[in-house]
Amino acid sequence: MTPAGAQFLSGVTAAATVAAAHADDVDRAARFPVEALDALKDAHALSALADGVPFADVAQACQVLGRACSAAGMVFAMHQIEVACLLSTDWSWGRSYLADLSREQRLIGSVTSEVGTGGDMSRSVSSVEPQPDGTCSLVKQAPTVSYGEYADDFLTTTRRGPDAEPGDQVAVLHLREQTTMDKTGTWDPLGMRGTCSPGFVVTASFAPEQVHPQPYVTLGAETMVPVSHLLWGHLWVGIALEAFERAKRSVRSSGPGGVKAQRLSELHGRLSATRAQLAEGLARWQVEYAEPGRPALQTMGATLRHNVLKTSISTSVAQITQGALEVTGIAGYRNDSPLSIGRLLRDALSAALMVSNDRLHETNASLLMVVKET
Amino acid sequence: MPDDMDDKILAVLAQHGRLPLGPRELGERDDLYAAGMTSHASISVMLGLEEAFDVEFPDRMLTREVFSSIASIRAALTELAAVA
Repeated sequence: MTPAGAQFLSGVTAAATVAAAHADDVDRAARFPVEALDALKDAHALSALADGVPFADVAQACQVLGRACSAAGMVFAMHQIEVACLLSTDWSWGRSYLADLSREQRLIGSVTSEVGTGGDMSRSVSSVEPQPDGTCSLVKQAPTVSYGEYADDFLTTTRRGPDAEPGDQVAVLHLREQTTMDKTGTWDPLGMRGTCSPGFVVTASFAPEQVHPQPYVTLGAETMVPVSHLLWGHLWVGIALEAFERAKRSVRSSGPGGVKAQRLSELHGRLSATRAQLAEGLARWQVEYAEPGRPALQTMGATLRHNVLKTSISTSVAQITQGALEVTGIAGYRNDSPLSIGRLLRDALSAALMVSNDRLHETNASLLMVVKET
Repeated sequence: MPDDMDDKILAVLAQHGRLPLGPRELGERDDLYAAGMTSHASISVMLGLEEAFDVEFPDRMLTREVFSSIASIRAALTELAAVA
């Protein structure tokens, strides 16, 4: 581990202790995990990728935070995805913005989903609209904006221009002071309650240099999609790991042997397979990301792999967490017990919906018809 | 037989591309995605080309770029024919 990585992970571990102490209250009140985010900012963790912390350590941090408070972990993971996007190519505006982010520990939210696209992130209705004074604007109706009220700045996907096809997208980084957010809904979900992600109409005015230089189709395939699936995957595994540890404590207290111990062993097998799949996905993406021109990441085979990583891990973590509930029994079912699984299970269930597994399976089913190596 | 190859490519695009314009109205370097071909339709195009030309595109050729214009499709098919 690099010195930057070691220092970063010790800061994140301290922040995770803070996050864990407030996790139940964050969940109950569906409020933003402000204490955890303050601790992460104090540890300078929001600029980790820009400051040279290795990607694998940032992924590990998502898992550590996921065990402590999934909502804080998700906010952290989503922010790091946006930072990874800013670092994906040489972009002078992005570089100077990242210097500000590092100094001020600014939090970036993303505005990717849009009303009228049926949940398909690779299409947009809104567009960059050039203004007579040389600036640009956009207006986007987003059904959810994760931590929309708490983000300092936003990375928003939109069509390249008013005449562009729905799939001809770019990403725009606009600052809070350039943005008006009109809340369009309430926020009272089953799980991941602390992410505070109601809908907004997002209106922004920005300079042309704030448009990411890569077309979104490239940015998404190389960076945004794989990084999302890898960092979410680590965070979700963190939830499953915490549920598994609670199940293990439950079996230890009732003595080894018996049906529950055997079920614990089965859960351990699934957890190990899930972690191995994630580690393999991370290693392969890193190799392919480092290649000049990143040709492997342009292929449909890569899309297939990144999608199946997401669908399998999100499915497994929910199953492992539910399995942990069965092992812990009534103690796990209770909300007022140290072995409680309720929040973990509700949070784990969001994984299949966050970019719908059904949609990804539909895409993969058609990719499987043409991709040769499967 | 480049003309015959072009005719077959255009026939596959007409059948599977689901383009608002007929493929004969497109320039050979026009971006098919910008012309409205969805990623779903592009997979049908790939399958249609594999059948029409009796080839298999290797995974390294299954990219957005390769299927983005009539010219780039022709280049990929020519490369495969040269190897065969």
